[in-house]
Amino acid sequence: MSVDTATVKKVASLARIAIDDAHAERLVPELNNILGWIEQLGEVDTSGVAPMTAVIPNTLRLRDDVVNADPLTGGGIRDAVLANAPQAEHGFFTVPKVIE
Amino acid sequence: MTDLTDLGIREIRDGVRDGTFSAREVAESFNAAVSNARQLNAFLVETPDHALAAADAADAVRAAGETLKPLAGVPIGMKDLFCTKGVTSTAASHILEGFTPQYESAVSQRLWDAGAGMLGKLNMDQFAMGSSNETSAFGNVISPWRRNDGGNAPLAPGGSSGGSSAAVSARLCPGATGTDTGGSIRQPAAFTGISGIKPTYGRCSRWGTIAFASSLDQAGPMARDVRDCAIMLEAMSGFDPKDATSLDVPVPQWEQGLNASLAGKRVGIPREYRVDNMPEEIEALWQRGIEWVKDAGAEVVEVSLPHTKYALPAYYIIAPAEASSNLARYDGVRYGQRDLPEGANLQAMYAATRAAGFGEEVKRRILIGTYVLSAGFYDAYFTQASKVRTLIARDFENAWESCDVLLTPTAPSAAFGLGEKSDDPLAMYLNDVFTVPSSLAGLPAMSVPGGLDKHGLPLGLQFIGKALDEQGVLNAALAIEERAGFTARPQAWW
Amino acid sequence: MTDYRIKGATGDWEVVIGLEVHAQVTSNAKLFSGAATAFGAEPNSQVSLIDAAMPGMLPVPNRECIRQAVRTGMAIDAAINKWSRFDRKNYFYADLPQGYQISQLYHPLVGEGSVEIEDGETVKTIGVERIHVEQDAGKLMHDQHPTRSYVDLNRSGVALMEIVSRPDMRSPSEAGAYLRKLRAILRYVGSCDGNMEEGSMRADVNVSVRKPGEEFGTRTETKNVNSVRFVMAAIEHEANRQVDVLESGGKIVQETRLFNPDTGTTRSMRSKEDAHDYRYFPDPDLLPLELDDAFLEECRASLPELPDAKRKRYEALGITPYNAEVLTAEVETARWFDTLLDEGAAPAAASNWVTGELFGALNRIGKDITESPVTPGQAAELLALVADGTLSGSLAKQVFEVMLETGDAPGKIVEERGLKQTSDTGAIEAVIADVLAKNPNQLEQYRGGKVALFGFFVGQTMKAMGGKANPQVVNDLLKKALG
Ligand SMILES: [Mg+2]
Ligand SMILES: [Zn+2]
Repeated sequence: MSVDTATVKKVASLARIAIDDAHAERLVPELNNILGWIEQLGEVDTSGVAPMTAVIPNTLRLRDDVVNADPLTGGGIRDAVLANAPQAEHGFFTVPKVIE
Repeated sequence: MTDLTDLGIREIRDGVRDGTFSAREVAESFNAAVSNARQLNAFLVETPDHALAAADAADAVRAAGETLKPLAGVPIGMKDLFCTKGVTSTAASHILEGFTPQYESAVSQRLWDAGAGMLGKLNMDQFAMGSSNETSAFGNVISPWRRNDGGNAPLAPGGSSGGSSAAVSARLCPGATGTDTGGSIRQPAAFTGISGIKPTYGRCSRWGTIAFASSLDQAGPMARDVRDCAIMLEAMSGFDPKDATSLDVPVPQWEQGLNASLAGKRVGIPREYRVDNMPEEIEALWQRGIEWVKDAGAEVVEVSLPHTKYALPAYYIIAPAEASSNLARYDGVRYGQRDLPEGANLQAMYAATRAAGFGEEVKRRILIGTYVLSAGFYDAYFTQASKVRTLIARDFENAWESCDVLLTPTAPSAAFGLGEKSDDPLAMYLNDVFTVPSSLAGLPAMSVPGGLDKHGLPLGLQFIGKALDEQGVLNAALAIEERAGFTARPQAWW
Repeated sequence: MTDYRIKGATGDWEVVIGLEVHAQVTSNAKLFSGAATAFGAEPNSQVSLIDAAMPGMLPVPNRECIRQAVRTGMAIDAAINKWSRFDRKNYFYADLPQGYQISQLYHPLVGEGSVEIEDGETVKTIGVERIHVEQDAGKLMHDQHPTRSYVDLNRSGVALMEIVSRPDMRSPSEAGAYLRKLRAILRYVGSCDGNMEEGSMRADVNVSVRKPGEEFGTRTETKNVNSVRFVMAAIEHEANRQVDVLESGGKIVQETRLFNPDTGTTRSMRSKEDAHDYRYFPDPDLLPLELDDAFLEECRASLPELPDAKRKRYEALGITPYNAEVLTAEVETARWFDTLLDEGAAPAAASNWVTGELFGALNRIGKDITESPVTPGQAAELLALVADGTLSGSLAKQVFEVMLETGDAPGKIVEERGLKQTSDTGAIEAVIADVLAKNPNQLEQYRGGKVALFGFFVGQTMKAMGGKANPQVVNDLLKKALG
């Protein structure tokens, strides 16, 4: 599988990274070089092999249903949440108006 | 009086405890070293006050006759991937320029709780993506090392933890945090003649560490010797309920357990790590390593890890895929930089913000990751890579039938010059050939200096251990350390 | 039953409907963080660092959310998957801080189940394909500023169950019946409050049309419809729109649409149109979710009696199917009625009284059953006084009115106001004699064959007794006196 300029632009759009035509064209051989190399994985016979789901055998721990038990994972910290916002008003983050 | 910056973690800890010098003196010495070494560009932020405050706290505890904390009086460097409360944390990316976390990462919090102080935030490859530190948005780190050919070509300190490796080897800090996704602690440690260990996946909490690839990222220490790594790792490790992948197991007393005798141990030499075009010097170093472990009492056995060859391509699917998703949150809405061209709508704002904020290598990996996850390609790429990952982990499991720890070179070359590989991403990726397989399997692995190449540059040897057997890895590395007699250090030119 | 058909120019069209219901899980804290879930808080006041997707933040699942989804699955007889996992659904939107929603695509928590609905006379089983657990998004407000939208992340990360039906519904009313039934089940189970106005339950409505017997047509998805009535209206409009498009030679585009409650119409949703390529993959921050037998056992043991079972039980107690249906439709009513039965009330009489007297009174005073001034215990006492003849039907009504006003127990009211019914034959006989003496004309007519006047004498006697005579005794004595 190899990519062309149109594919690169489509992928960049999916990833929300603006690129111009020249940039996309430059990326085509670069990405194809990498993708071509990656594709050697196809040689490996993985029939009957399960994809890895846990790096180290471990199962999911569940948390108790308690509000703000740990201040690091709880709410009620609006100032901290908004502290780094590029733009905020009246306690909200703001973005360019969205038309749904 | 000795220059306090020549001392390692243990020496500082013990000296402060015994009153040989004060913690403040130590902090002041390192603060001065940091501000004198700006040419290396190892620090993105200097935090002398943080180091002094921790030092004063240590001195006060000592004055009160109370028990000192394990890292009392030890100032360290903090990779800028760790979020630090009130101190900008950027992952060396423009997109996070000015971001001041309102929280402390779990690992840095543990270090402060252990009494350590912070000298500053260390430069790195942007979002930990790179092997040379050239992807930092704030200029590359320059290795304190130079070739002995008199050319003074600036060298790469390795990556992504290149600020950490440069700072430790240049004696700007006795120890530093690193993170390792595919070799980012071990390769820079090898390039700069220091030690560094990536523990078992799940030992160090990932909470508050800016994510690159969640299933691979692990924090670990980088320091001048094996013992210092053991001390620092003990402080950094431990169960964290805030990280669902954190291992709920006790943290062993690794420093106390150090033992350089390998009697009764079997050291495996993986056949498949003899790659094509491996420099003779690396081959020779590996051979010396084999002799050293034998000398330490180990039995050396050849083992096979048949899927080694596929580790790198699998890694370069899995890591970018996870990264493409992990980095979606950098969108200019809640924090970080926003680029809003005149008249742009929300989606155009995202695209502009991310185009301006991310560096080339980060974009490249996001695009690869987005592509391999996209409709129609997911199974062929991501699912296949995840299956190959199972096979790679199985290879290690099989190897443990016949050995206790594996010995390999850390990297296929010594430090290269800045700019030498930056035009060829693939050549750069191949640098991780020896470090990536153990990352995919989540195993503890460590680099320890083994000697110098013909240009006088350090070379590292790597040990890979069984899951949770950091002790076995540290002990094997200690056996090498004691025999290699590695004392070389960069001469200060900065 | 007549099939629902849309009459087109080219003939009849059948409507095929599937619903994806998003139900907010009842829990104190969010799915992956410790922030509160309460409705109506100040903007961004219930947002953790995790919900705002700060760098380095990680999710840890809330056990209660998993438990509630499992119990819900059990309530619709669904397969519970002991091994499931969370996946990331990747897309960019201002209400989605992480840039992905943690959801379950490949291995959902709950598999196949079903819900039985009644639509008129017909009983039908609607298949449920799956229930998965996922994060809710934040909220955007577009009307606060001329050029900006405001982002409130209070909802961000609240646990949702997405309940995905099979395309088994064929009319708006079936879809309505399914939604009502599902809502009742969720509320019985206690896994969702079912409050559609507050958005606790909303439906994505998948609609397609076809000529009866033909293959499924292309469907559209109308997002986030938040009342049963709107769902039915959206289906009706969308099906007719599709028929119009097809009959005028057009094609249906598979797309996301929005319902406008003011006009009752749907329209294409531009903002979510682009690239439905969500790049799902397993969330590497979370391990597989493995449930043990003890957990599942606890979930099962904690399930209440569900509407269908309860209705059957009521019917077996001699309650009419209509009353049983009415009494089980809302969990609060059923709970109130069950307590009434526990207090010893006779089922059939109690069901009539609750659906008649009590509902009428509550309606009149504008209260729902949880606010009833009369407790089930007091109601049981009232019904017992009727059953043992202490109160007549009309006396009971009087007593009930006083109960509503004062909240007093019926026994006390009867005592204090002397409302007890009398069965004293001597007293009644005296009154009857008096009534007959005062109405000689009627007596003559009755005896002449106009037996319908019997009711007149009953009425006169009861009136003279101030309503307190036992009607049965009055009847018997009158018959005797009239010969
Ligand atoms: Mg949907
Ligand atoms: Zn959903």
